[in-house]
Amino acid sequence: MSNTKLKSVDVVVVGSGVVGSIMSMELASAGLSVVCLERGRSFDVNTDFYKPNVYDELKFDRHSDIFQNLARDTITFRNNNAQTALPMREMGAFKPGEMVGGTAVHWGGNARRFLPHDFEMRSRIEQRYGKSFIPEDCNLQDWGITWDEVEPYYDQFEHIFGVGGKSGNLNGEIQAGGNPHEGSRSREYPNPPTRPSYEGRLFADAASSLGYVPFQGPTAAMTQDYRNLYRVQMLECARGGFCSSHVCAQGAKANPLTSVHPALARQPTFELRPLCNVLRVNKDSTGKKATGVTYIDARGNEVEQPGSIVVLGAYCFSNTRLLLLSGIGIPYDPRTGKGVVGRNYSYQQGGSVHVFFDDREFNPFIGGGQLNTSIDEFNGDVIDRGPLGFIGCAYVNTSARGAAPIKGKVVPPGTPRWGGEWKKAVAHNYRRNMAITIHGTCLSYQHNYLDLDPTYKDAYGLPLLRMTFDWNDNELRMMKYLDERCTEIGRALNGSGLGGKNKGTHFGITGYQSTHNVGGAVMGSNPWTSVVNKYMQSWDVSNLFVVGGSAFPQNPANGPTETIGMLACWAADAIKENYVRNPGSLV
Amino acid sequence: MTLSDNLIGASYVYLLEPEVRFLEAAVEHLIPTDELGPGARDAGVVVYIDRQLASSWGVHGRMYRGGPWMEGTPQQGYQSRFTPQEVYRIAISEIDQHCKTAFGRPFAQLAGDRQLRLLKQLEKDEIALPSLSSKFFFDLLWRNTDEGYFADPLYGGNRDKVGWKLLGFPGLPTSEYRRLVTSSEPYHAEPVSVLDVQTGKVPVDAEGFPKHVIIKRDR
Repeated sequence: MSNTKLKSVDVVVVGSGVVGSIMSMELASAGLSVVCLERGRSFDVNTDFYKPNVYDELKFDRHSDIFQNLARDTITFRNNNAQTALPMREMGAFKPGEMVGGTAVHWGGNARRFLPHDFEMRSRIEQRYGKSFIPEDCNLQDWGITWDEVEPYYDQFEHIFGVGGKSGNLNGEIQAGGNPHEGSRSREYPNPPTRPSYEGRLFADAASSLGYVPFQGPTAAMTQDYRNLYRVQMLECARGGFCSSHVCAQGAKANPLTSVHPALARQPTFELRPLCNVLRVNKDSTGKKATGVTYIDARGNEVEQPGSIVVLGAYCFSNTRLLLLSGIGIPYDPRTGKGVVGRNYSYQQGGSVHVFFDDREFNPFIGGGQLNTSIDEFNGDVIDRGPLGFIGCAYVNTSARGAAPIKGKVVPPGTPRWGGEWKKAVAHNYRRNMAITIHGTCLSYQHNYLDLDPTYKDAYGLPLLRMTFDWNDNELRMMKYLDERCTEIGRALNGSGLGGKNKGTHFGITGYQSTHNVGGAVMGSNPWTSVVNKYMQSWDVSNLFVVGGSAFPQNPANGPTETIGMLACWAADAIKENYVRNPGSLV
Repeated sequence: MTLSDNLIGASYVYLLEPEVRFLEAAVEHLIPTDELGPGARDAGVVVYIDRQLASSWGVHGRMYRGGPWMEGTPQQGYQSRFTPQEVYRIAISEIDQHCKTAFGRPFAQLAGDRQLRLLKQLEKDEIALPSLSSKFFFDLLWRNTDEGYFADPLYGGNRDKVGWKLLGFPGLPTSEYRRLVTSSEPYHAEPVSVLDVQTGKVPVDAEGFPKHVIIKRDR
């Protein structure tokens, strides 16, 4: 192993997913020299993901080589401080990626913006319900940004990822056919909305009969051939399923590999270095300035890459862990509540009500989860939660699931787990049920956090990240309420029976839930409760930007990817328009 | 194993003969042969398990394998010191030993109702095996049986796509799905697998999609 120090560049970007690719593109096209370091390998969408092999559920959903290789690096997990955290030995509840393009290469394509309410959740909850409505152990906080500031960057991201949808609020005017509860948008979506599936139409009718306003959820699976902001061509989606966990063989699902990297490769001041595992961010003697990063390259050499600006644009876990390993920011201590790195780790609530039919048969294998019919009446601050006694919200939808045969089978409650009766139930119900899905907020709490594990190490001998996390009463009450509302919608569908997924009161890392891990290096306006300021700039090290899901102070209902992309556009703009001209704190 | 009772012409890479016998008997209870079609044994699920155990998954190639090993809570997932290869080898041998002690013969040679009762006991962790939890083994066996019956036939199970025919799952999509996605008409087609296309049994169009053979049904 040799030690090499390379020539300095303007920007070192860690990670090549949604954040790494977009920030590299924006900064390199502004003329800055950019080196992007990625721990995973390069993939060629034309040769690595081709038909028919992309349609292999077992490989891509269970044994995929595009997920993080846990033999080298994983996390440890426990529900609470009294337990000993143990390593996540196999992939389960979530699937962080490890490849050029990152986790978003295998995302589902649900491209929802957050609501204006979500960025100012604490202020708005206090204003409407009073301070005492917030549980004492809840670290609910505002983001330090407002809808009006970031709306243009949502618009920018949607024109990179070719999002299809129908606006429900265009420049303050409510639009028929769209989501009436969304924040005001400055322009229409770049692509038209999807057309509802049979299940979607049934859901829309039932929801309308109860007074809700259904709309087609926004999607990043192209609804027509589309050439994006970076002049990259994407093809119309063939609705063949195999979306989440998979890589689209059509190039129809926008992701960093198909939507950004082809344009990035043409930038003369950009260099991508795959198979490089960053170990730490280096600082100068004052500790207030980053000098670059140190990584292990593909051949095992330790390499120092100096840079004027460092961007951590990796997954929530890696961003937080790199800060802890580099000694940047004060680690969070749950006993005193002091410290910020690792604080406010959060996840996502999910559930579903299944409606079974004897007289209807669907085609559940056609389409994908991003083709869905939704309602937002339970999202944001639409309903009065005062009498309900919980904080939080959800969007509810029915999707053309693209139900695959291993994971997509649903049976009515009371069916045995295996055997002849199970076989009959599976055969009868696979095509005769539809799901009403709940996608809910998860607040942050004092006892849910990330730190370094005292025992378990990665392949380089560095401590694993430790997750201490469990569900809280507030979220369980919210899910009970939403389950009741979705059961009402389910009844209006007049099926032969209803069923649901009850996942218990304790969070477990087995069984896929969502790859929506957020927090640990959150953004905000107060350095005592956040790691980065509103421009994603470290409070402690002003030439370090930490961007991604790690910045979410808590998790809103809508999926995180669109907002992660928006934050990448927002942070890149702050760097190239302000920081480069006048380095130093941006606030 | 004699050739005459190897009805599906199976071959094995990792599993030993007594293990094959054990698994053929066990998986047939988990997904039995009935009027709806073949069960897990005839679908090749034991071949599937064998190939999985011989793959990198069988030795936990992409899983974290470092110690110390503690039992952990159910929420903490797989915490065994054993790889799947070892789990199958150890558990089958210990269950067979249990059966020989209690009933005088290995699992595969017991009457069907006795086997069924034993499987239910394993599932409930009611049989104390010397080296591992019987529920832990049962859960892994059930997970792999489900996978083997419904995964692409590429992996040795789901022979003749029996799992997909059971569900009415047509396998690989066609270019027609663009149009069909809004349809309320049930769509039924002979399933097409990755294996079918790789081996040239089913042709594909210029986009790489297979052409489906529609199944006409009386409604």
